[in-house]
Amino acid sequence: MSKLLLEGGRIVDPSRGFDEVADLLIEDGRIAAIGDRLDAAGAEVIDAAGLVVAPGFIDMHVHLREPGQEYKETVATGTAAAAAGGFTGVACMPNTMPVNDNRAVTELIIERAEEVGAVPVYPIGCVSVGQQGEALAEIGELVAGGCVAVSDDGYPVATAELMRRALEYTQMFDVPVIEHCEDLSLSRKAPMNEGRVSTALGLKGHPTAAEDIIVARDIALAELTGGRLHCAHVSSAGAVRMIRDAKARGVDVTCEVTPHHFTLTDEAVRTFDTNTKMNPPLRNQADVDAVLEGLADGTIDAIASDHAPHHADEKALEFDLAPFGIIGLETAVPLAIDRLLHGGQVTLPRLVELLAVNPARILGLQVGGLAEGDAANVTVLDLERIAKVDAASFASKARNTPFHGRKLKGWPVLTIVAGKVVWKARETVAERWRG
Amino acid sequence: MREKATIMDARQVDRALARIAHEIVERNHGTDGLVLIGIRSRGVPLAEALAAKIESFEGTAVPTGSVDITLYRDDLSQIAPNPVVQATELPFALENLVVVLVDDVLFTGRTIRAALDALVDYGRPRAIQLAVLVDRGHRELPIRADYVGKNVPTARREVVQVRCKEIDGEDSVVMMETDDEAGARAAGAKGGS
Amino acid sequence: MGKTKDAPPPAAAAPEPPAAEALLSEEQPSASLKHKDLLGIEHLDADEIRLILATAGHFKEISRRAIKKVPALRGKTVINLFFEPSTRTRTSFEIAAKRLSADTQSISASTSAVVKGETLIDTARNIEAMFPDILVIRHSFPGAAHVLARNCRAAVINAGDGAHEHPTQALLDALTIREKKGKIEGLRVVIFGDIAHSRVARSNIHCLRKLGAQVVVAAPPTFLPHDVESLGVEAHRRLEPALEGADVVMALRIQLERGGKLSFPSSREYFNLFGLNRERLALAKPDAIVMHPGPMNRGVEIASDVADGPASVILEQVSNGLAVRMAVLYLLAGSGATRNVEAAA
Repeated sequence: MSKLLLEGGRIVDPSRGFDEVADLLIEDGRIAAIGDRLDAAGAEVIDAAGLVVAPGFIDMHVHLREPGQEYKETVATGTAAAAAGGFTGVACMPNTMPVNDNRAVTELIIERAEEVGAVPVYPIGCVSVGQQGEALAEIGELVAGGCVAVSDDGYPVATAELMRRALEYTQMFDVPVIEHCEDLSLSRKAPMNEGRVSTALGLKGHPTAAEDIIVARDIALAELTGGRLHCAHVSSAGAVRMIRDAKARGVDVTCEVTPHHFTLTDEAVRTFDTNTKMNPPLRNQADVDAVLEGLADGTIDAIASDHAPHHADEKALEFDLAPFGIIGLETAVPLAIDRLLHGGQVTLPRLVELLAVNPARILGLQVGGLAEGDAANVTVLDLERIAKVDAASFASKARNTPFHGRKLKGWPVLTIVAGKVVWKARETVAERWRG
Repeated sequence: MREKATIMDARQVDRALARIAHEIVERNHGTDGLVLIGIRSRGVPLAEALAAKIESFEGTAVPTGSVDITLYRDDLSQIAPNPVVQATELPFALENLVVVLVDDVLFTGRTIRAALDALVDYGRPRAIQLAVLVDRGHRELPIRADYVGKNVPTARREVVQVRCKEIDGEDSVVMMETDDEAGARAAGAKGGS
Repeated sequence: MGKTKDAPPPAAAAPEPPAAEALLSEEQPSASLKHKDLLGIEHLDADEIRLILATAGHFKEISRRAIKKVPALRGKTVINLFFEPSTRTRTSFEIAAKRLSADTQSISASTSAVVKGETLIDTARNIEAMFPDILVIRHSFPGAAHVLARNCRAAVINAGDGAHEHPTQALLDALTIREKKGKIEGLRVVIFGDIAHSRVARSNIHCLRKLGAQVVVAAPPTFLPHDVESLGVEAHRRLEPALEGADVVMALRIQLERGGKLSFPSSREYFNLFGLNRERLALAKPDAIVMHPGPMNRGVEIASDVADGPASVILEQVSNGLAVRMAVLYLLAGSGATRNVEAAA
């Protein structure tokens, strides 16, 4: 009978429209009660005055690299990074080695997470066998094994026909198809966005049209089939606009955006720092403005980090040769709070929707709320804390972030999974512990 | 830095140059095969002044040129950044000529050594002589001047500055001191001069 | 005292080429470059460019002497890392270093450890362990020189990084223009060819603009990079309108192998539409000069009779290249002196 009381925090539970200062009592891994002056005999008490208590955040786009590339990251280190970033669960992409196109790999990942994971892991399976874009993977088996969605992430689903079949087939299991929207013949392995900066630097450019083309294709296919489409890491103004229009027409499409796509533009690439190289690339200011608008008006459903760890040696290469991707689990939440909440783009309940409610809903997870009886996955935030990002102290194995040294306001301070504290911030919380 | 004393005024400079001009012609038995090469920067107007004086009493025009010794300095690896390079203009081959190198102040002798290296890279003169307006002593290399305007004994840390009308607006030779030395001297402490 | 030789002679009437304007600003010119490396023209200011050009002008004279050597860089080590094949630029840097009495060694990619899979940084660090003073690098990827500069103590000279910059080319082009035209400010300079993939174009655009020229680019649309006007140039999609009133016409090398047949169908079509022949050259000013960074594709971007004609200054570009590289080596070697001493301590 373990009891944990969070006292006096601002509890924000948008799924029930709840936003009040109150106490939250957790017992045996579930939310036991919310109210004032709860009976907390024998409970560990945490003073949450001035803090925000939210349903546990879910990062629905993470690369854990296990099996096969454990030198970059593992289930253990990746989930530790998630917990340190305020996330109570992550959905991991299937482009491992071997890829997650069969039930055995799915079950391996889930087993590893149960053995060594700091937070639950929800695997995403492949759309196609081997991610080769030729034949559908055994999606039924993948879902039975525990997959919550399918994706060929890293690549778009290779053909319109295959995407159509995937959107039809997944309706049997009510899982979304998560699409990496990129027309490969147009993007041509270009390392950065096509724009003034690529013109000045002499680097090949990846135009936003490459993203827009696949977004348009897949929206048309979602309309045709009635299937569930989720666009990963949306970055272009065109994509935001098309998704907004599609939603207005009733198409079942959702989408996510990464924190780097609402914080940085392609100007950041001018120093040739390979920690500004990712796919989709950093876009220009007009695209960032459109993304911010989409976050504010509800077009964009979720924030997901696209955490992509790489070894330092791999990123210490010429810009054209370095692999795409940056880590994000330990910077997503502070960037979101600093840029979106303090920046006036979204309200706190909306932020919680973006980070908890919507990811859980899209992936069909039984989490995302703080009602009595719900699993006690809780993220506690200090919206006023100001600190610099210190990559050297990350729980992740990797260090490939462009945000090292950036001063941000608003940080997670406590991550609770199934009623257990899996991470707490060193600085803030010590004084608040009692009992 | 401030001016401490005037060693030569414009008229004294002019007389010294006139004397040197006569000495050059006397030593070389005329002006045949003679050229005057000024070391940049202030050796150049001095060389031209000497050429003008020689022309005025001999009636012949002595060719002049200039040499920039920046690339031949022996201290390039100790100073940073590298100093500004200026032009070397030698509109004649040096073979069989008597070159009179002209500089404003002879001090350690390193500038002259560099000038000799530079000239030798251009050709092989029959002889090289040295004319300076001021010799202030403190040689660090075995170099001596053939023609001297004025010998001025100095302390090492003093600075002797030659001013030329073309560059500085006046012709004179002055002794300079740093502000510290001026202060120390005014306070009566030992030092300077 | 007598007449001074220091002031530049007054501008003469033709047939002499016009006298050069005062190269440096009225005040004492900046005696050094502000950065330890030369990675591009973009980070140089106009004063630094003028300093390099003035220094290069003095170095030209060394190549006309009997003994083509000065001791200025004696004891310094210059290593040329050429990951992309090049004969003329590499030879130019080698000779430049030798004329300054430096020790120089060239390493080309095909014979180096790169073939064995060594990364750029490892290659550079291995060479750094032998304490070079200057590294000259040519590479096919933009930003490669920046990687070296960030990771090496030695001064780094970018001899061409992909399509990004080739600063010594732009400097020698500027020196050539200044010699032939007496100035750069106010000139109309036309650069035509595959602008999108050209480091020579980018560096020249920066350099000429900083010195006050009006820069015009002309290329078929498939050879123009996105929003090329953002670089501060006037852009045309045909050569003829660009050439009107041009003082300088600079032809770039076309490499259809790079862009592929998707960018332009054939050399013949290119020459018909964009080749610089006498008819097109006649649209420029009568005293316009013709330039080319080399090597030329005769009959593709430039007709033979124009390349060899009276307006062509292509060979002067080459000799100016040597002087510019000597100047750059000299100016960068000086700033390194104290840093190497500290590094050893």
